[in-house]
Amino acid sequence: MRESLIDLEHISKSFDGEIVLDDLNLSIKENSFVTLLGPSGCGKTTTLRIIGGFVQADSGKVIFDGKDISNLPPNKRNLNTVFQKYALFPHMSIAENIAFGLKIKNKPKAYIDDKIKYALKLVNLEGFENRNINLLSGGQQQRIAIARAIVNEPKVLLLDEPLGALDLKLRQDMQYELIRLKNELGITFIYVTHDQEEALTMSDTIVVMNQGYIQQMGTPEQIYNEPENAFVADFIGESNIIAATMVQDRLVDIFGAKFACVDEGFGNNKPVDVVIRPEDIDLVEPDKGTLVGTVTHLIFKGVHYEMEVTTQNGYEWLVHSTDMFPVGKEVGISVDPFDIQIMNKPESEDEEAVGVNE
Amino acid sequence: MNKDLRKILAFPYIIWMIGFTIIPLSLIFIYGLTTRDGSFTFANVLSIFTRDHFKALMLSIALSIISTIICLIMAFPLALTLKGKKLNKGSLIVFIFILPMWMNFLLRTLAWLSLLEKNGIINTVLKFMHLPGLNIINTPAAIILGMVYNYLPFMVLPIYNVLEKIDDNTINAARDLGANTLQTIIKVIIPLSIPGIVSGITMVFVPALTTFVISNILGGSKVLLIGNVIEQEFTKGSNWNLGSGLSLIMMIFILISMAFIAKYDKDGEGMSV
Amino acid sequence: MIYSKIRKVLGNIYLVFILIFLYAPIATLVILSFNSSKSRNRWGGFTFDWYGELFKSATIMAAFRNTLVIAFLSALIATIIGTVAALGINNMRKLPKTAVMAVNNIPMLNADIVTGISLMLGFIAFGISLGFKTILISHITFNIPYVILSVMPKLKQTERVTYEAALDLGATPAMAFFKVVFPDIFPGVISGFLLAFTMSLDDFIITHFTKGAGINTISTLVYSEVRRGIKPSLYALSTIIFGTVLILLIVSNIAQNKIKKK
Repeated sequence: MRESLIDLEHISKSFDGEIVLDDLNLSIKENSFVTLLGPSGCGKTTTLRIIGGFVQADSGKVIFDGKDISNLPPNKRNLNTVFQKYALFPHMSIAENIAFGLKIKNKPKAYIDDKIKYALKLVNLEGFENRNINLLSGGQQQRIAIARAIVNEPKVLLLDEPLGALDLKLRQDMQYELIRLKNELGITFIYVTHDQEEALTMSDTIVVMNQGYIQQMGTPEQIYNEPENAFVADFIGESNIIAATMVQDRLVDIFGAKFACVDEGFGNNKPVDVVIRPEDIDLVEPDKGTLVGTVTHLIFKGVHYEMEVTTQNGYEWLVHSTDMFPVGKEVGISVDPFDIQIMNKPESEDEEAVGVNE
Repeated sequence: MNKDLRKILAFPYIIWMIGFTIIPLSLIFIYGLTTRDGSFTFANVLSIFTRDHFKALMLSIALSIISTIICLIMAFPLALTLKGKKLNKGSLIVFIFILPMWMNFLLRTLAWLSLLEKNGIINTVLKFMHLPGLNIINTPAAIILGMVYNYLPFMVLPIYNVLEKIDDNTINAARDLGANTLQTIIKVIIPLSIPGIVSGITMVFVPALTTFVISNILGGSKVLLIGNVIEQEFTKGSNWNLGSGLSLIMMIFILISMAFIAKYDKDGEGMSV
Repeated sequence: MIYSKIRKVLGNIYLVFILIFLYAPIATLVILSFNSSKSRNRWGGFTFDWYGELFKSATIMAAFRNTLVIAFLSALIATIIGTVAALGINNMRKLPKTAVMAVNNIPMLNADIVTGISLMLGFIAFGISLGFKTILISHITFNIPYVILSVMPKLKQTERVTYEAALDLGATPAMAFFKVVFPDIFPGVISGFLLAFTMSLDDFIITHFTKGAGINTISTLVYSEVRRGIKPSLYALSTIIFGTVLILLIVSNIAQNKIKKK
């Protein structure tokens, strides 16, 4: 079996002299749910549009199913797109919208009718064939856009921020819906979003992008638990990112206090960045903590309390805990060695630029 | 200011429109449906069926349909090309198409006389290149050319306005679903630009149908259009009742055009300037 | 993609073809204005004579003055009536609004010859003698709809809430209008004025029927000379007008681009 379905090789693209993608390499496995995640302007949508054929890369190749499709126009590619804001044809009924691709391919009428029924059932809009597009809600239009794409039986479905225009509750429902669709269809989904929660919920692979570079690629767990640099750590969830020194293997110096950790191979007395998630910090009696600080903020968040603990050097630690410590109370900070994530400091200026400069 | 007070703002305008649009138009009806001594008659309107008048009307209809079609064929690819250029809103396009209007309409048409004449500029160039000459001056062909030249912008602007509003992703979606360029144009772009096309057709057809200037200048005195007939009744023949009666016939065509616009361009998309 | 490149080249060739078609007659007129021969198609050598003669010709200068004064006044009055009317129409209920807008479309969609004739019949019926003021009234009549169509879309975009926010912050209704609503619709007002001015300048047919004897605009002067032969000074005059507008437009375009870049 072939390893990957889509390979992007050395893709570069600039618009009006501004570099959007720089020597991007990405390999996407068959039957996976890949999310391109990043802030606006990171190049994720451009990457998707290059795969879809709407944007021509300045250099590099797009390999699809073993063939170079870099120069194929969108209508010759066996993949379909669900566009941002849906892009339904306003002059056609729902059935005509869904039938569009099949009619182009001259499929028999009975086949088309079957497909429309099947697709509408799949997106939970049975019996909507002859309704007017313009009278549908945003969520319904979204489902039609998906139905219109999948009747063509593409090997890959490209989704460009498809939930961006929906409200929160609907967005969450649609997330489950998309996972279900993906499993029922058994095809590859490539999904673009700036919403980290969406990415963590749905994907089996997340590609975090910033300023035209891939920052990290991995499973949602890897991305969340083992961010490779400060940008990823900061973009995914909340975190404390601290400049520290790696004393030796499995020992890191944070603000003069020695913390045990599990990372090796960074060298001795090397400056590093440390990521500690707020829920991984245990607040204990002052004499039992590795560091001592004072609670300076307290907010009740429902599931947990959010606190800020200021240590002597003035750093404000973000802490999530189900236990409440009142403002002004002196507490000890303790972290399990497994919950300390060590990252290399950015080496080049390029990498620096994409990191978080605080 | 409350709402009722604000409505009063439209009053001067409404009075103006009644005084200078509605009443004058009713006068055409009154003149058209009466004889010189004021008694009611259909004779003025029915005179369209006399040989000369009917011939002029038919020729007008034929020439204006042909020039409308030519305008449409020329304007649609042009508007599509301009959309492809992604110009800043209203910058270059208005500039290019409004600018010729600042050269006087009659002089502009007259310039075609210089270009088309037997010893005119085009023929001189053709002769120089040893090509056969172009002898269309004083023929209906020259009138069609004059109509296309003068009214082409009226076709381009509404179509361009509508094309501009089509979301790029709607076009991309058609491509994505397997349509090639031609299929995309026929199945998606043209149906979506119907309001602009209808506005354009009307804005070319009506002035072309009723012109008397272009036929006067480029047709010599050999080609008589319905516009020429009416104009002469008012300026030379001085039979205003007859002229008004024939104007009523033209207004039927204009009303049909307006009904078309009302049907296909409900939001006035194509009309916005 | 090679195809898209070919399409781009074809598109550009087509664009050039259309530009030549649109501007060939204009170039012809400009060239004729420097032609020392009076003939429309024989080049007799370069001369500035027609430009000199232009300013000596009382008929042409009077027609030019009439054209400019009528274009300016009719555009100005139409802009005032039209803008004020648009504010009123915007506040109307749906039915009267539709009716008013339908009437508004009449002068735009109607044939100029019918508009011209109907106005002429109207003036005569009311006993208004044809002359400068009837031309002016006629031009205002066909200009108002263009102003309204330019202003209305802007007015629709202007959120009611901004007007209400201004009231909430203590502005009087008049202040709220002039400080908040008017600046918003101002581009529409200006483009309405310019459009009206252009339309008035280019009109021949309606002027032809409503002018009466003894007064001419450039259009009617040209028309009366078509048969007798045009004085080349008229070419010179339209070249000057065209050149002036071209320069103004280029300057304003450059200025706009500069503002945008900032």
